Amino acid sequence: MSGTVIIGGGQAALSAAAELRKRKYDQPITILAGEAAAPYQRPPLSKTYLAGELPVDRLWLKPAEWYDKADVDLRTGVRVTAIDRSAANVITETGERIAYDRLILATGGEARRLPVPGAELTGVHVLRTLSETEDLSASFQTAKSIAIIGAGYIGLEVAASARKRGMAVTVLEAAERPMCRTASPLLGGWFGAIHRGYGVDLRVNAPVKAILGEGDAVTGVELADGERVEADTVLVAAGLTVNDHLARAAGLACEDGVLVDETARTEDERIYAIGDVARFHSKRYDRSIRLESVQNAIDQGKAAAQAICGMDVDYDPVPWFWSDQYEMKLQITGLIEGADTMVRRGDPEEGKFALFHLKGGRIVACEAVNSGPEYMAAQRMIAQGATPDPDRLRDPGVAMRDFLS
Amino acid sequence: MAKITYIEHDGASHEVDVQDGLTVMEGAIRNMVPGIDADCGGACACATCHVYVDPAWADKTGERSSMEESMLDFASDVEDTSRLSCQIKVTAELDGLVVRLPEEQG
Repeated sequence: MSGTVIIGGGQAALSAAAELRKRKYDQPITILAGEAAAPYQRPPLSKTYLAGELPVDRLWLKPAEWYDKADVDLRTGVRVTAIDRSAANVITETGERIAYDRLILATGGEARRLPVPGAELTGVHVLRTLSETEDLSASFQTAKSIAIIGAGYIGLEVAASARKRGMAVTVLEAAERPMCRTASPLLGGWFGAIHRGYGVDLRVNAPVKAILGEGDAVTGVELADGERVEADTVLVAAGLTVNDHLARAAGLACEDGVLVDETARTEDERIYAIGDVARFHSKRYDRSIRLESVQNAIDQGKAAAQAICGMDVDYDPVPWFWSDQYEMKLQITGLIEGADTMVRRGDPEEGKFALFHLKGGRIVACEAVNSGPEYMAAQRMIAQGATPDPDRLRDPGVAMRDFLS
Repeated sequence: MAKITYIEHDGASHEVDVQDGLTVMEGAIRNMVPGIDADCGGACACATCHVYVDPAWADKTGERSSMEESMLDFASDVEDTSRLSCQIKVTAELDGLVVRLPEEQG
């Protein structure tokens, strides 16, 4: 009774388990989920779920009976404290040893907390898990104002959700523009303007020095320049800390993530890592990458499962991401970093445009706002390594379909 | 509540009850009907919940939104009856709906 043990209970873990069964893997599968909840969708947490538009029972990735039917042993609320590679066991916090034939690390990450005074006050939230979101949502019942630290996807999506609920929203970004880690300057600036238009007090170049409180309750935030912003509740949306410590402690190579090959395998042939926690070499982008996305969770989970089933696997994805804020659907495909040319199609003023990013003539990424055809065509062009003519890309008179060979 | 029949590409048929307010995609996921991936979970961001709506039901399932239209435009094996099932809301009106699933999603 060893089979495959998966540490982590997010979308990547579920994807791997489902793919193993789809490929007729006939050994036991055990998912050790740290959270109390069964695998659920994270993307809606900061969007429709927080806005009160989606009940919790629509978050589950599989119905409860699926686990029985697929013969997947889902164990929730189980914390793994160590991996004993020589014995091929994982050890839980209760001291239980669970043997594996193959081990998949799908441990993801945790919302980063800020090393500032006041970070532990009641009313200071982070948002990564369902229970964290429920805590934030509960605070929304009484809070009239929120200060959000960080203008990345989570920060801005929560800002939009909070505005929908009529709260006063301040967003504080330490960098010079929103979404600076993942989006182009033009797109980040454009989203900043949209949020301001919806009444968000968005401030850039605004690092936070301390979170303020009375007693143990939060009352606001103090900026590095001494200015104070009052708020009934505070969200720290400062990215993710990768959960690679189990792998590190087990002696597996890690570098801001667990290092894996194109089959999602670590240097230990029995151990794989998938999803947010895995770092791998992208042949397409010729660099080491670690992706925090649903696409990667699903597809790398499948890749590991297929490798375990003895199939040929060469995982080299065209990444994709999306974000919903107000009436804007942002879809991004590819990776922007390293691009040398940007081509704009459509008019940002009209709330419908796409930015294509090229490197040495090859299309490497596309950011599309309310522009499905541009996004879909770009995804295929990136996969093909296409070199579209920038002048034609720019011309809305040329149908996106015409770029596909 | 609506009874919905999902017919897989190989002809396997699944007749299930789906509660009002869910989408046709969610009806498949909750009832473990294979053949609908729904990678993005219903955000109209991925085109992996593609179905063919029986022509007799086209009026009741409504029209494609422009975002749905453009996602479908680049999916494989698209026909006039193609829809993204995450964009079809289930109501009692859809009782008896039949949808067919493509050979593969994406």
